[in-house]
Amino acid sequence: MLELIKQPWHWSVSGLLIGLTVPLLLILGNKSFGISANLRHICAACFPANIPFFKYDWKKEVWNLFYAVGIIIGGFVAAQFLHDPTQVQVAPTLAADLAAKGIDDYSELVPSQLFNWDNLLTIKGLFFFVIGGFLVGFGTRYAGGCTSGHAISGLANLQWPSLVATICFMVGGFISANLIVPFLLNL
Amino acid sequence: MSETENKEKKQRIKTSPEYKDSDFEVRSLDTHCVNASEKEVPLWYNLKYMVAGILFGIILVKAEVISWFRIQEMFRLESFHMYGVIGTAVVVGAISIFLIKKLNIKTVHGEAIDFQDKKFNKGQIYGGLIFGLGWAITGACPGPLFAQLGTGATVVAVTILSAIAGTWVYGKFREKLPS
Repeated sequence: MLELIKQPWHWSVSGLLIGLTVPLLLILGNKSFGISANLRHICAACFPANIPFFKYDWKKEVWNLFYAVGIIIGGFVAAQFLHDPTQVQVAPTLAADLAAKGIDDYSELVPSQLFNWDNLLTIKGLFFFVIGGFLVGFGTRYAGGCTSGHAISGLANLQWPSLVATICFMVGGFISANLIVPFLLNL
Repeated sequence: MSETENKEKKQRIKTSPEYKDSDFEVRSLDTHCVNASEKEVPLWYNLKYMVAGILFGIILVKAEVISWFRIQEMFRLESFHMYGVIGTAVVVGAISIFLIKKLNIKTVHGEAIDFQDKKFNKGQIYGGLIFGLGWAITGACPGPLFAQLGTGATVVAVTILSAIAGTWVYGKFREKLPS
């Protein structure tokens, strides 16, 4: 059983379990599945700076921060106890392109040759961590949600604005992964 | 809470002066109408959400949704994996919401479950595009960022801090942005 869990899961199993998160949170306490709002709650809790957007009772939304802390712990549990020792499988065309840019370590889901502290104070690090993270935080709040809030719970509740948002996420991602990321990897 | 009370509450909120002054994102947290339980609950009650988060974190890792490689594959149309995961999740979520509405399922505390319609604004386009650009670079949306950190990719803490900064800057300038 444990061996079965340790293998990477099939997309249908993964999708089923992620989809069940929507009713789980609704039934646990009438909560809508959405994670990017946590970034706003952290701003409201730590740096409200008299900005109207951050002046609200974030303590009422504290459940979501508990949820985010849970995700961190879940990541730790999966890495420590459910780790799959085999190499991460990727599409051969991607592997070939990445090899040309010096990325060939497939021991972790997050490429350690890119996402390490030594890279932080380089131009590459500036783009992959600082600017990349900034775009995620700014964009999700501007859009009013991220993959969980729009693409999953929004679409599941048949909200057409969420469809617009999801299409835009994808368009941005296509542009970025095909035109910007290859350029950034050369830096 | 009974159905009529719920309706009355919503009506009250709609006619309150604050309603007209602010948009959904602000209103959603200023009022009691969105996901705010009427009951005051002790803090430890939230531990159940932490347990749900732990399960979700494990799922994200084992589904390889947190994989920077998987995100590249998705946007380069080299693998069906991510489309399969998100597509299945949407269908399962939609069926679940349909059943909750149809069977009038309540929360474990016996409260009614309510749903808010999302209002369209241009932020979904501009913000969506901006997030998409960042998603492919970091290889993670906000949920996976937390999970990546947990797996030991500690430098992702910097990405999360930057994302918080991005949210803050949005909050600071939101009045000046097209919406």
